[in-house]
Amino acid sequence: MSERTAFSFVLVGVGGQGTLLASNILAEVGLAAGYDVKKSEVHGMAQRGGSVASHVRWDSREVHSPLVGMGEADILLSFEKMEALRFAAFLRRGGTAVVNDQAIVPVTVSSGSSVYPGDEHLDRVFGALGATVVLVPGERLAQEAGTVKAANVVLLGAVSRLLPLPEETWWECLAQRVPKKFLELNRVAFASGRAAVHLPAQTAV
Amino acid sequence: MKRVLSGNEAIARGAWEAGALVAAAYPGTPSTEILEELSRFPHIYCEWSTNEKVAVDVAVGAAYAGRRAIACMKHVGLNVAADSFFYASFTGAEAGLVVVSADDPAMHSSQNEQDNRRFAQFTRVPCLEPSDSQECKDFTVAAFELSEKFDTPVLLRTTTRTNHSSTPVELGERAEATPKREKFPRNPPKYVMIPAHARKRHPVVEQRLLDIAAWAEKAPINRIEWRDRAVGVVTAGIAYEYVREVLPTASVLKIGMVHPLPEQLVRTFAAGVKRLIVAEELDPVIEEHIRLLGIPCEGKSIFPLCGEFDPTVVRQAAHAAGLPVDRAPLAAANLELPELPARPPVLCAGCPHRGVFQLLSKKKVPVTGDIGCYTLGLLPPLSAIHTCGCMGAGIGVAHGAAKAGIGERMVAVIGDSTFYHTGLPALANVAYNKANVLTIILDNRITAMTGHQQNPGTGHTLQQQPTEVIELEPLVRALGIHHVATVDAYDVEGLETAYKELMAHDAPAVLVARRECALLPEIRKRWVPLEVVEEKCTGCGICFRIGCPAILKSDEVDAKSGKPLALIDGDLCTGCEVCAQLCPHDAILTRDQVRVAQEHQPASCATPTSEGN
Repeated sequence: MSERTAFSFVLVGVGGQGTLLASNILAEVGLAAGYDVKKSEVHGMAQRGGSVASHVRWDSREVHSPLVGMGEADILLSFEKMEALRFAAFLRRGGTAVVNDQAIVPVTVSSGSSVYPGDEHLDRVFGALGATVVLVPGERLAQEAGTVKAANVVLLGAVSRLLPLPEETWWECLAQRVPKKFLELNRVAFASGRAAVHLPAQTAV
Repeated sequence: MKRVLSGNEAIARGAWEAGALVAAAYPGTPSTEILEELSRFPHIYCEWSTNEKVAVDVAVGAAYAGRRAIACMKHVGLNVAADSFFYASFTGAEAGLVVVSADDPAMHSSQNEQDNRRFAQFTRVPCLEPSDSQECKDFTVAAFELSEKFDTPVLLRTTTRTNHSSTPVELGERAEATPKREKFPRNPPKYVMIPAHARKRHPVVEQRLLDIAAWAEKAPINRIEWRDRAVGVVTAGIAYEYVREVLPTASVLKIGMVHPLPEQLVRTFAAGVKRLIVAEELDPVIEEHIRLLGIPCEGKSIFPLCGEFDPTVVRQAAHAAGLPVDRAPLAAANLELPELPARPPVLCAGCPHRGVFQLLSKKKVPVTGDIGCYTLGLLPPLSAIHTCGCMGAGIGVAHGAAKAGIGERMVAVIGDSTFYHTGLPALANVAYNKANVLTIILDNRITAMTGHQQNPGTGHTLQQQPTEVIELEPLVRALGIHHVATVDAYDVEGLETAYKELMAHDAPAVLVARRECALLPEIRKRWVPLEVVEEKCTGCGICFRIGCPAILKSDEVDAKSGKPLALIDGDLCTGCEVCAQLCPHDAILTRDQVRVAQEHQPASCATPTSEGN
């Protein structure tokens, strides 16, 4: 039997940010690369601007649980900075947090007395886990590619840099999900996310 | 060919491959996508019924007419449909009849936690429970076959985690549908459940259950996986996946048909292992049955009864019970997280319900709520809902409180789709029994909470056929309610005026607050983000108190008060103007004012508005 390889991802953000599409593509990429895959997400009330999380697992053997256990994610992909902190405990020691450099202020801050946490907590919290933080300016890079709505594709590009798969595998799965007239825009968005990770390839895993 | 499908997509695929011809449902998380997906297949009739009871009756009628039929709902939908589900068990049908109940452990999007395997026991109906998407498809097909083999409805019970997880599925071809019948069956002893007939059917139903149990002993849907025999785990549904993950060396009896249980198979398995464990989410349904057989086992003494399982929960519980876990649970990392502001779901920017809740909050009236996006009106800062029980409950609860002589005037709020679902009989009751309840129908022209499904008020069916719009006002007047007003839900002053007029009468009254959901695709095209004029804003905070996620606190502060000014997030703001109407300083530009202001600005780089993905 060949050596087992397995990757677990937790994708978090705020309802409406496009985490579901990103987790769909991540599952399809895993399948295309020959892994068994499972993905899990939450719909419904949670989507109304609340915190959302999807789980994706790839395994060269059979995947059983669709959910990633606490402290077991190789990669935490957060579409929003505070949500990265909220779900930090999912990341394994030495894992990688890919964090979109965007703050979405909840109404508990704008209409209440809560305070949005400062950026210094990201380094401290993930540092305590021995984890690497990759901060990606998703909105800015997406805007440069043509539309801010491609931020999720930028973030997938960043994640792709951390995994041992050919870029083509990612791109083929993406291309199937994207309307033809936005292909080029998304290609640029994906490439810019990939280029935004200044780490030796596969540091995460 | 393999494709990654969600459990819901796989159930739809299974129904289609099984040759089902009629499908009915009422939307409800986590079941909604089953019918949405199925409605895209050719050669199958799919509908959003007005409620789950109607959906089951529709499926029963189709199955009486000799065509395979399926009804889908969330767990609490089966409460609504229970009456129909019971008689369907007594009558059976002429073709396969499957009812899907999508339970919601952990209540991700529900008002209560319940285990609908109990309904299978209660109605004497077989119950299948899949563990992944492949089984969702296979068990749906099997359910139709079982239904016809034993002349019984079949309950396909899923949970949120199987409905909303995606796993690879091998696709198959569609079976040939049963031929169309010209004649509806005339078989009163079987289909007319008067007492004389029903008394004869009951023993038939009990014998049927015994026959199915005997079949289940040999059916591959239940299977023993022998591994190490020190520990044997009886499990079903999603719990099977966690058991395989956490207890990889344990023997497993995987139950695919959770009711009726294959008793002999359970005895064989129990005799073959040293320690017998039952791992099941929610109620100890299997555990109780095994105990009734006189077999000692452990279940809820190890695993929680409330909430949802996950690998962490199962590993911790199994480890504590001394079971052979793959590894010890990880010690929780001490991350010293700062205090993180909660991010509850909220009424969206531009939500047409906001103006109504702003008014009710100001009036400080008791408000009985209902099930939908508008339940979020309970959250601060609006805090305007005081009860929410189940679909259609709010109007009846308000009526009861009024009849109890409570010293305040009761207000009930209900969405358009919920009103058609079960609000209508409750409002008829208010009219008939004369309570001075003000019912506010929050008509956003769509079933919004579950993701924009059509309903009797939208003029379109699930399969996009144009149809009659059931107009609310004539309907309400026909009940005998004379005080009826309709207001644009964005018109703050209009809402208050109508409210005052209706409350002036000591009689049943209805206010229809109408405005399309701001997230509908055609409405999105008309969004115009508003702007704050900093020079006029004093930081008074009135606009912060309507809980709009598009209104932020600026870094700029008012020179006099030192309070932060308001700032509007141009990506979120739809331009509903509720905040602009409430602002006492005219510091928020209206849509027209924004347009004028933009015309006078030098042309800046255009913002692309096309969808990127």
